[in-house]
Amino acid sequence: MSHSTEAGTVPHPALQVPYRDLDQQRETATLGMFVFLLTELMMFGGLFCAYLVYRTLYFPSFQEGSKHMDLAIGAVNTAVLICSSLTMALGVQAAQKGRSKAIVSWMAVTLLFGCTFLVLKGVEYYQHWRAHEVPGLGFDLASSTAGVDIARVQLFFVLYFIMTGLHALHMLIGIGLVTWITICAGKGRYTEGYHNPVENVGLYWHFVDLVWIYLFPLLYLISRTRT
Amino acid sequence: MSAAPTAAVHPREHYLNVDYGIRSWLLTTDHKRIAILYMISVTVMFFIGGIFATLIRLELMTPAGDLVTSDTYNKLFTMHGIVMVFFFLIPSVPAVIGNFVLPMMVGARDMAFPKINLLSWYLYVIGAGITLYCITIGGVDTGWTFYTPFSTTYSNTYVFGSIVGILFAGFSSIFTGLNFIATIHKLRAPGLTWRRMQLFLWSNYATGVIMILGTPVVAIALILVAVERVWHIGIFNPALGGDPVLFQHLFWFYSHPAVYIMVLPAMGVVSELVTTFSRKRVFGYEFVAAASIAIAVFGFLVWGHHMFVAGISLYSALLFSIMSYLVAIPSAVKVFNWTATLYKGAISYRTPMLYAFGFIGLFTMGGLTGLFVAALGVDIHVTDTYFVVAHFHYIMVGGTVMAYLGAIHYWWPKMFGRMYPEGWAKLSAGIIFIGFNVTFFPQFLLGYLGMPRRYHAYAPEFQVLNVMSTAGASILAVGYMLPLIYLLWSLRYGEIAPANPWGSTGLEWQTTSPPPTHNFEETPVVTEEAYAYDKHPEMEFVA
Amino acid sequence: MVDHPAGHRLVIFVWGAAVYYSYGAPPKNALRVYGTAKQWMWKFQHPDGQREINELHVPVGQDVAVTLISQDVIHSFFVPAFRVKMDVLPNRYRTVWFRPTRAGTYHLFCAEYCGTSHSGMIGWVMVMEPADYETWLASGAEGSLASSGDKLFRHFGCISCHRADKGARGPDLAGLYGKEVHLQDGTTQIADENYIRESILAPKAKIVAGWQPIMPVFQGQVNEDEMLELIAYIKSLQQNPLNVNPNAPIPDEEQRKRNPQVEPQVTRP
Repeated sequence: MSHSTEAGTVPHPALQVPYRDLDQQRETATLGMFVFLLTELMMFGGLFCAYLVYRTLYFPSFQEGSKHMDLAIGAVNTAVLICSSLTMALGVQAAQKGRSKAIVSWMAVTLLFGCTFLVLKGVEYYQHWRAHEVPGLGFDLASSTAGVDIARVQLFFVLYFIMTGLHALHMLIGIGLVTWITICAGKGRYTEGYHNPVENVGLYWHFVDLVWIYLFPLLYLISRTRT
Repeated sequence: MSAAPTAAVHPREHYLNVDYGIRSWLLTTDHKRIAILYMISVTVMFFIGGIFATLIRLELMTPAGDLVTSDTYNKLFTMHGIVMVFFFLIPSVPAVIGNFVLPMMVGARDMAFPKINLLSWYLYVIGAGITLYCITIGGVDTGWTFYTPFSTTYSNTYVFGSIVGILFAGFSSIFTGLNFIATIHKLRAPGLTWRRMQLFLWSNYATGVIMILGTPVVAIALILVAVERVWHIGIFNPALGGDPVLFQHLFWFYSHPAVYIMVLPAMGVVSELVTTFSRKRVFGYEFVAAASIAIAVFGFLVWGHHMFVAGISLYSALLFSIMSYLVAIPSAVKVFNWTATLYKGAISYRTPMLYAFGFIGLFTMGGLTGLFVAALGVDIHVTDTYFVVAHFHYIMVGGTVMAYLGAIHYWWPKMFGRMYPEGWAKLSAGIIFIGFNVTFFPQFLLGYLGMPRRYHAYAPEFQVLNVMSTAGASILAVGYMLPLIYLLWSLRYGEIAPANPWGSTGLEWQTTSPPPTHNFEETPVVTEEAYAYDKHPEMEFVA
Repeated sequence: MVDHPAGHRLVIFVWGAAVYYSYGAPPKNALRVYGTAKQWMWKFQHPDGQREINELHVPVGQDVAVTLISQDVIHSFFVPAFRVKMDVLPNRYRTVWFRPTRAGTYHLFCAEYCGTSHSGMIGWVMVMEPADYETWLASGAEGSLASSGDKLFRHFGCISCHRADKGARGPDLAGLYGKEVHLQDGTTQIADENYIRESILAPKAKIVAGWQPIMPVFQGQVNEDEMLELIAYIKSLQQNPLNVNPNAPIPDEEQRKRNPQVEPQVTRP
């Protein structure tokens, strides 16, 4: 697929068919990533909407559910993700300067943070399972607080697992994407003139982080009262 | 283009003959080949959905449920809905016509993301495959609307598999919309400003916006149903305090805008047809373009009108009703502007134009009956009856399918370099128009008289109208078979088409028919607004 | 172009909205009928005990309010001749009303797809002249809904806690229906059919102020027919206007003072 380029110059190997130059390609790819993230926002939005509806209807039961969240793991995970966004941003900056080794280093640290998040999440899920808090797998919770209905607490946990599960799936995909970027950077594919994939993966990573920043307060924090 | 009366010839090399073999098709990134792949898949699904419709109408000839069992009948209407909505109506105009024509209309070599375009086709095929598999091993009987708790707890059919198939189709749709938006924003040829774009582009842009905003919500709604079904834990289960009506909100939040995904590209086609076949600029171009955007925006604000008797509050019902009236206004603006375009135009009654006329008339009827159901008091009586069935078939079939057929005929010479046989085409259009009205008009009456929808057996006083409807369906079936035959025939024996048989000012017509792989020999430069027929009296029909 | 049709549309919208508003507000002194929808039949219960399956007898010229609930999936109560339709939901009572103006027999259809025999879930509404209706009512009732409910109230042991005397471990239910109830979290709620149902099936969800959350859960033990009987019984319990019982615990002085006899209210669907 060759282009007719000006003055017989060789087109950049990363230039795709419909584009006349790398700038147009970069702008379009970034627009594409933003539009895609918009679809992700709508998807999580549907879940947030369901959560909001039930939380309003069954407030005491959802409050009870929040109390069973592991605040320590949640807080550490939040810090881990925020740090991973920092290292990702530094990796993008390195890409903008065309420094391949730096890209690889920052991406590796980001990967480390991402995997840490998933491991801690797994530990948290395991703890919930041991405490009989997983709906469908021997859910058994007792509470004598007024206004709490166990069936509705189960509803809280269903939403908790689906929302954090979908988020974890997106983290896994993000880890895959970052791995790919790391490998390509190691091969020296990214230069000052061409590093758009790094930027776009960065956008995706920041979005997944942002979803967690909403999930954490909504699920863990906002109903914690001093008991 | 030249009006010289020499015999038309194909260009030496074009997108169809540049490469041969199954791999060159299955691994193509050429948007035109992908459009042809979609055309084949979508046609297969249309006829499968049509077979289900045939069985339904045969059963409904008699009041008793004597042709198939109740369970089978329930599966038939469910699968007719799923196949037609998700695998025909949503992809038809955008993924077939849009994929083929859109990059050429913006003057680009291909879509913004050609590989994602191919991926969207594969996702469609996988989704169709999974859904067809579920159909053959036993089917699904929840209705295409999957209302809970029937779909989550009570149905004994392949709900999970069908949902997975639909999710694949949904992601295919999202990627198509993403491509449209990026292409229109970023790949326009030099000189092609937003206000010089052809109206088909405006419509598909608005469609892309709906696809990307709405589809993810139905995806999550269906995922929740699937989770509840498989693990027996769920958020719509009343025994847990779950609200089955919440499902309806999440479902219709997409499925109402989905009908605009089905109709907006069709309206875009009609804009193109009306202007080409009356040799006139579109009356009120800005209004038609703005109306496309308005339909997309307002379309997201009316979903509750599917739920007036379902248990929503009075205040939300009032809001949804008034919004439903408002969303009719941009559609009416378009119909008015098309009509004004026709006025004093040099009208040519070729087949594509006949389909455009059919669309305008039948869409208007369907749209006006939409106002009936938007009226709260009336809807109490007619919702969930055949009145609603007739209403949406007027828009989907009388509207979208007619526009799709019109588009196929209009762009057939561009796609394949062949003309279709005009006589047979006109005959088919007439048969389809007559068959359609005989099928669906009686259903308005049936609904008003009280026949509920999704009924396998019905009260005997409804039989006469049902027989009339089935008779119409048999005529309609003949009408649909004919184009399949003569279009395929034309691929080999049809008259060779010139580059621009309709003398259209559209950018896609300023290249050869069929086009080369990269659409244009040189990047076109646009210097004037669309539809400038008054500035180009030399352009005329050469077919 | 826009003005003229828009004017028509506004008129139709307002007219339609007015009809819908009245549809959602059953009149207070309507004849009450209770019913359950289940796959695939309609069961109606009249307050004085008449039970019907797939048939509904009503008198002509009188407002009739039918309170319905589903035992399984969503159904829809549709009488084309009356221009009335309402979805019937599981776990939530909804009330539809109409006033038949002509005696006769009219189709009743289920209008929300509900499974195999959705098109078989049909019946008849028989509108009768008042005299005929009285005759029909008098024949073969097994005892009113409320009296059946009384039996259940003892059978399930409700009577052991919900009493007016010192041994009560739950609020006295006399005069409860239609009253404003004060809950432990500070909110108030009108005690309608849905509130009573929730209190039986998920008692911990809303605790009345001043009482302990000790009521056992009856989810799975009370079916919909029995639920309607219990509700009818509770509705029939009238408050003693003097409310003099020195031995009764008074968990909340305010609550005691707010126990005037109240007209039973028909709730919005």
